Amino acid sequence: MSSIWIIVAFILGFLIVFQIAKASEYVAILRGEERTRRENNRINGFLMLAFLIIGLFGVWYCNHTLKDKILGEPASDHGVRVDTMLYITLAITFIVFVITQIGLFYFAWKYQEKEGRKAYFYPHNNKLELIWTVIPAITLTVLVGFGLYYWFEITGEAPANSQIVEVTGKQFAWEFRYPGADGKLGARYYKEIDPTKNNPLGQIWSDPANRDDIVGSQEMHIVVNKPVKLIIYSKDVIHDVGLVHFRMKMDAVPGTPTTMWFTPKYTTKQMKEKYGDDFAYEISCDQMCGAGHYSMRGVVIVETQAEHDEFLRKQKAQYAIAMEAEQGATPAKAVSGDSTQQKQTTPVQPQGGAVSQRIR
Amino acid sequence: MNNESQIHVQEGVVDVHHDGNGHDHHHKQSFVSKYIFSMDHKTIAKQFLITGIIWAIIGGLFSVLFRLQLGFPDETFPILETFFGKWAKGGRIAPEFYYALITMHGTILVFFVLTAGLSGTFANLLIPLQVGARDMASPFMNMLSYWFFFLASVVMMSSLFVSTGPASGGWTMYPPLSALGQANLGSRVGTDLWITAMALFVVSSLLGGLNYVATILNMRTKGMSMTRMPLTIWGLFFTAILGILSFPVLLSGFILLLFDRNLGTSFYLSDIYTAGQALPNEGGSPILYEHLFWFLGHPEVYIIILPAMGMVSEIMSVNSRKPIFGYMAMVGSLFAICVLAFLVWAHHMFVSGMNPFMGSVFVLLTLLIAIPSAIKVFNWITTIWRGNIRFTPAMLFSIGFVSMFISGGLTGIWLGNSTIDIHIHDTYFVIAHFHIVMGVSAFFGMFAGVYHWFPKMFGRYLNNTLAYIHFWVTLIGAYLIFWPMHYMGLAGVPRRYLDFSAWKSFNQFGSLNHMISIVTIIVFAVNLMFVFNFFYSMFKGRKVRTLNPWGSASLEWTTPINPGHGNWPGEIPEVHRWPYDYSKDGREYIPQTEPISANESKH
Repeated sequence: MSSIWIIVAFILGFLIVFQIAKASEYVAILRGEERTRRENNRINGFLMLAFLIIGLFGVWYCNHTLKDKILGEPASDHGVRVDTMLYITLAITFIVFVITQIGLFYFAWKYQEKEGRKAYFYPHNNKLELIWTVIPAITLTVLVGFGLYYWFEITGEAPANSQIVEVTGKQFAWEFRYPGADGKLGARYYKEIDPTKNNPLGQIWSDPANRDDIVGSQEMHIVVNKPVKLIIYSKDVIHDVGLVHFRMKMDAVPGTPTTMWFTPKYTTKQMKEKYGDDFAYEISCDQMCGAGHYSMRGVVIVETQAEHDEFLRKQKAQYAIAMEAEQGATPAKAVSGDSTQQKQTTPVQPQGGAVSQRIR
Repeated sequence: MNNESQIHVQEGVVDVHHDGNGHDHHHKQSFVSKYIFSMDHKTIAKQFLITGIIWAIIGGLFSVLFRLQLGFPDETFPILETFFGKWAKGGRIAPEFYYALITMHGTILVFFVLTAGLSGTFANLLIPLQVGARDMASPFMNMLSYWFFFLASVVMMSSLFVSTGPASGGWTMYPPLSALGQANLGSRVGTDLWITAMALFVVSSLLGGLNYVATILNMRTKGMSMTRMPLTIWGLFFTAILGILSFPVLLSGFILLLFDRNLGTSFYLSDIYTAGQALPNEGGSPILYEHLFWFLGHPEVYIIILPAMGMVSEIMSVNSRKPIFGYMAMVGSLFAICVLAFLVWAHHMFVSGMNPFMGSVFVLLTLLIAIPSAIKVFNWITTIWRGNIRFTPAMLFSIGFVSMFISGGLTGIWLGNSTIDIHIHDTYFVIAHFHIVMGVSAFFGMFAGVYHWFPKMFGRYLNNTLAYIHFWVTLIGAYLIFWPMHYMGLAGVPRRYLDFSAWKSFNQFGSLNHMISIVTIIVFAVNLMFVFNFFYSMFKGRKVRTLNPWGSASLEWTTPINPGHGNWPGEIPEVHRWPYDYSKDGREYIPQTEPISANESKH
């Protein structure tokens, strides 16, 4: 009901504005169009200056209210680089922003039409134009230089001692695989995928490297201060592993595994101590992936090496889980002791899942 | 009928009313050939503009709908269920509906409004009028261009009404999401219709573009050398070239997508397990599609912005009563932008898994494009410096354009730098950036053009008071909507999320979203008021009584107030100078048609 009232209010407001606008046109003709035009010119000229001043205040105010809600501490070494680059760029572009906007609106106000003023015939000035070609060129060279230096550091080869974690995106959840004691991830092939046979990632069981691989979902465990290399897969459509606190992002592309590496600086526990119990390192899907895109959330747990070893020790290799099930033991489904099974039964349900189900 | 004979027919017509002394004696045209299947470039321009306005209302309305969801996630709007039924059960927007809305919002505004509605309108209206031609090189192709656009519109519109909904994979339509009906509701028949409509659209834009280039190169009046053309024409010229070279690539990408969808090919599909089933496709790569898409997708943003730049240059010069500063630099920077536009597409793909070395090349080329953009901004500011500025509505929107272009252009330097892009890619920062730099800016350019050339189109003026309200509310509103989004982007808030309640890192902007949605509704309403002003003034606006209401030096104002088909009743005027001789030698302005006198100062 209230929506209808709002619409009615808009229509009424519009009618009033229109009547005033129409009347002002008649008044203008009565008073002399030229006189009205000059008056309007002065009003708009003044508004130019007013907009400039209020606008710059608004820029400050916006920053003042929002600056504490953005860009928490970068939690990885790459994140520090990204933030540095960001602040360098901010400094340069902000200076240009202020100068050009002031120039634009101040000149608009200053040189508004005045009786007796003659515009200055000034078609070109090669020196001036050269100056403002060269200065931006130099500035941009600096930005490109810094940018590429950091870019190659971030996208370069991961250190040899990196922990390896495989991340797989699917419509609307994340799955992870850790290599186990041999430090190697076994081979996988998408046609082997069969969740009913406890093989969610399509691991090829004949590959011995697969025997000790551990599979989990929704929570990724990594070790603090140790480089981690993510090998990223997608099962269905393009997803994106977005790690806002680490300032990292990489698409998950079906058919083309991608990689990303970084070194986390603080454990989840340390961050909770700093920023409250509500803190979580979140994985967001940053590439449109369907109706549940907005709910495709994962969590990263950064822990100490000891805690991590303890975590892995408690997990059962996916191979063992799959083989148990294969042996015809129906209760295998009820092996709810391991975390993998538990979490897989609670996939993130998109709000409208029901809608699409029905139409299908 | 080939072009040759077409032109002859054209000239025949003109001769008739030349002899018959004025356009009143124009040979009788039926309603259909005058207003519907018209070959008059001015009528086709109006057709593009009005179709564009209708699309803009729909596209804008969609943004209001999804802003309702974003601004008021906890409220229900029963009125939505009344209109949209199952898509808004209980007055809440379903995710499938939300994604259809954002997809169609993007498609409609980028292609149907800011490409066809903007360059379609003003290229058609201004090219013949400003270069001094009777009509386009091929009026027939020109007419076809509009009707292909109309067909594209019909197909796109019909896709809104299919039971599984329109395409909903985002306006970029990345496969596999857009290729797999089982992965996404909108990827069923909606996407086939989307691809069909876009194919028709590409045909329309090629027919138009080839015509624009041919007209500009071959049909300039005597004395109108390339360097005497108004900057509007330069802008439209480069726009047409960009379109001709890049739209076919997009079409090829779409055709492969159509094959993947319907014929079982694997151009983009590989290793897919969806809906409990492993698909047979192997060896394809979605990244190929991304390349093909962005090879148009990036030039597309310049296709949108160059006509606006051209018009703004012209309007600023006229209303500052000063020549545009650095004409040759302006042309040169348009040219540089046109060339670089083809070399930067992969900056949309820094985190797509593309080789990082290739990314670095695109960083360099992308940041290069900031140089011609900077030149243009400085030249505009210098143009108004020491002018004698008349704040006509067109001038106001031009100043607004420059302001928006600065704000949005500078954040391009952030995004073009791959290191920063890692963090803000696909966040609200991107939304803020491109809405300011190509959404709002291009709209401002379009509004400036409409206000400036409305008298030429309809022989009447738009209402000024409504125009001032329109400008100030839209300028302030646009900044209120998009400026704070930069902050959301820096916080990493991903785009295309309809609900943040499950997240700990992104849910701190509730009240901000609230404010943005309210402002969106107000700005939308004020722009509806502009639409009303447009149609009302078409019939009831103040009549134009002088040939040259803005005191402009360019050629279009030498035509009669309501020019007939053929534009000039007599000979096409000859041109003797560039179109920017304002305040020269103490004279208010010197029209292009006036010969250079012996004691005129040189520049």
